[in-house]
Amino acid sequence: MLVINGIHKRFNAGTVNEKIALSNLSLTLEEGDFVTLIGGNGAGKSTLLNCVAGVYPIDQGSIIIDDIDVTKLPEHKRSAVIGRVFQDPMMGTAANMGIEENLALAYRRGQFRSLNWGISNKEREVYKQFLSQLDLGLENRLNAKVGLLSGGQRQALTLLMATLKKPKLLLLDEHTAALDPKTAEKVLQLSDKFIKESNLTTLMVTHNMRNAIEHGNRLIMMHEGRVILDINGEEKQHLTVENLLKRFGQASGEEFADDRALLA
Amino acid sequence: MLQIILGAISLGLLWAIMTIGVYITYRILDIADLTVEGSIAMGAAIVAFSIFNGMNPFIATGLAFLGGMAAGLVTGILHTKLKIPALLAGILTMIALYSVNLRIMGKANLSLLRIDTVFTSLENLGLSPNNAVMLFGFLSVAGIVGLLYWFFGTEMGCAIRATGNNPQMARAQGINTNNMITLGLVISNGLVALSGSLIAQSQSFADVQMGIGSIVIGLASVIIGEVIFGTRNFLNCLISLVLGAITYRIIIAMVLKMGMPANDLKLFTAITVAIALSLPVFKTYLRPIKKSITGEDL
Repeated sequence: MLVINGIHKRFNAGTVNEKIALSNLSLTLEEGDFVTLIGGNGAGKSTLLNCVAGVYPIDQGSIIIDDIDVTKLPEHKRSAVIGRVFQDPMMGTAANMGIEENLALAYRRGQFRSLNWGISNKEREVYKQFLSQLDLGLENRLNAKVGLLSGGQRQALTLLMATLKKPKLLLLDEHTAALDPKTAEKVLQLSDKFIKESNLTTLMVTHNMRNAIEHGNRLIMMHEGRVILDINGEEKQHLTVENLLKRFGQASGEEFADDRALLA
Repeated sequence: MLQIILGAISLGLLWAIMTIGVYITYRILDIADLTVEGSIAMGAAIVAFSIFNGMNPFIATGLAFLGGMAAGLVTGILHTKLKIPALLAGILTMIALYSVNLRIMGKANLSLLRIDTVFTSLENLGLSPNNAVMLFGFLSVAGIVGLLYWFFGTEMGCAIRATGNNPQMARAQGINTNNMITLGLVISNGLVALSGSLIAQSQSFADVQMGIGSIVIGLASVIIGEVIFGTRNFLNCLISLVLGAITYRIIIAMVLKMGMPANDLKLFTAITVAIALSLPVFKTYLRPIKKSITGEDL
């Protein structure tokens, strides 16, 4: 489904601030894989997601989604097959537009935007059904401006928008990190539900080791721009946080340095 | 006095078209587009030159609209393809248009006295010149408001609104934000040039200098409209803009009537806009910070 071939990404090349974010990273996701991606600060997790989504161009290598080489495609074209939820709940929705308008924008992801009316009445019923699945009462507030919603509500809505039109690849970039624990849990449950229901190939970045272990069928750990651990199947099911920390130490030769991950 | 107000209303209706153009860039796209200073004069220059040389005034007005769209396209390309910051891209086009407008007219100004304009056909029906402008202005504004209300409700219009609101989200939803910004600039400057062409015809005079300060007039009208007449929904916004543009003209007519020298007009407008834009800052200063319940200062 997703094939990443030896990609390389440097920021601020040629300056004193030069930083190698991804170095010769290769990774293959099979159809239906739900991969959790974990790593310390600056390991390159978010950079990897942004490179796959087309936010940053890569310096070397190639990215192939469903047999199509997207390495040179701009971000908005890749969005036709990629659904995304960001860390910042404000980032995934248009605050000045209504809930139904946001959903209608997402419903047309990858299509030409015509001069037809932006939302049809038929769609509204579909949106109501989907929104009621979120169990947040949003189905009765179709016209409410998204800016009036709480961070958790916006994030749940973004998740719905990312999956409304089934993407070939779902990218979740620490999408629960900015939420309070209860809301985070709820959004995670919804993510699990949507991913399972549509059998979505997913790459989820998280800081929370427990979440990384409990969710998905495969766990990948990054360090200094490379994949250092790749655990799946039964081995992943028996993984514990301590076990994971130990294996991180063996693989990287360092202590795991991330307060957020350890305290979580 | 009534005459002054009626004159202000008819002129305000023509400026309302320009105000709507400014609203599209300033509020919907979230860009302060200075191209308008050049495109308003460009609309006037194109229409004046064309009518002066015997063209049908309606076709000439349409040509002015197209000219403005071309100016918007240039700014759009400078900004989105060549990655020049929006403000600077607008300034570049504005400066370039100054020369272009001189080229179009061949000189700095052109008189249209005793030449048929789009308003003449209405005057021939027995309307006074001012009423002709008012009727034509009203019909044009009503048509444009209707068209834009429809357009910004379409898939494409929604994509433009999303682009201005949250470009990152728009790209994640597969919207080509560069094209949408350019399209918005094209429509906006087309409207501004249309407004310029009508203003020139109503005052029987086109001048390359007429665009100076027009962005500030546009912003003043937008802000006055929004503050006084509300922003409940998009249709309400559009109507507020029109009423804002008319209100601005009435205010100007009043202060001139009260004896303010015409040369101070731009200073007056600039101060008005500066105050209106800084109102949120003053509000935070004026709002007293409540003490905590225990009475201790924290």
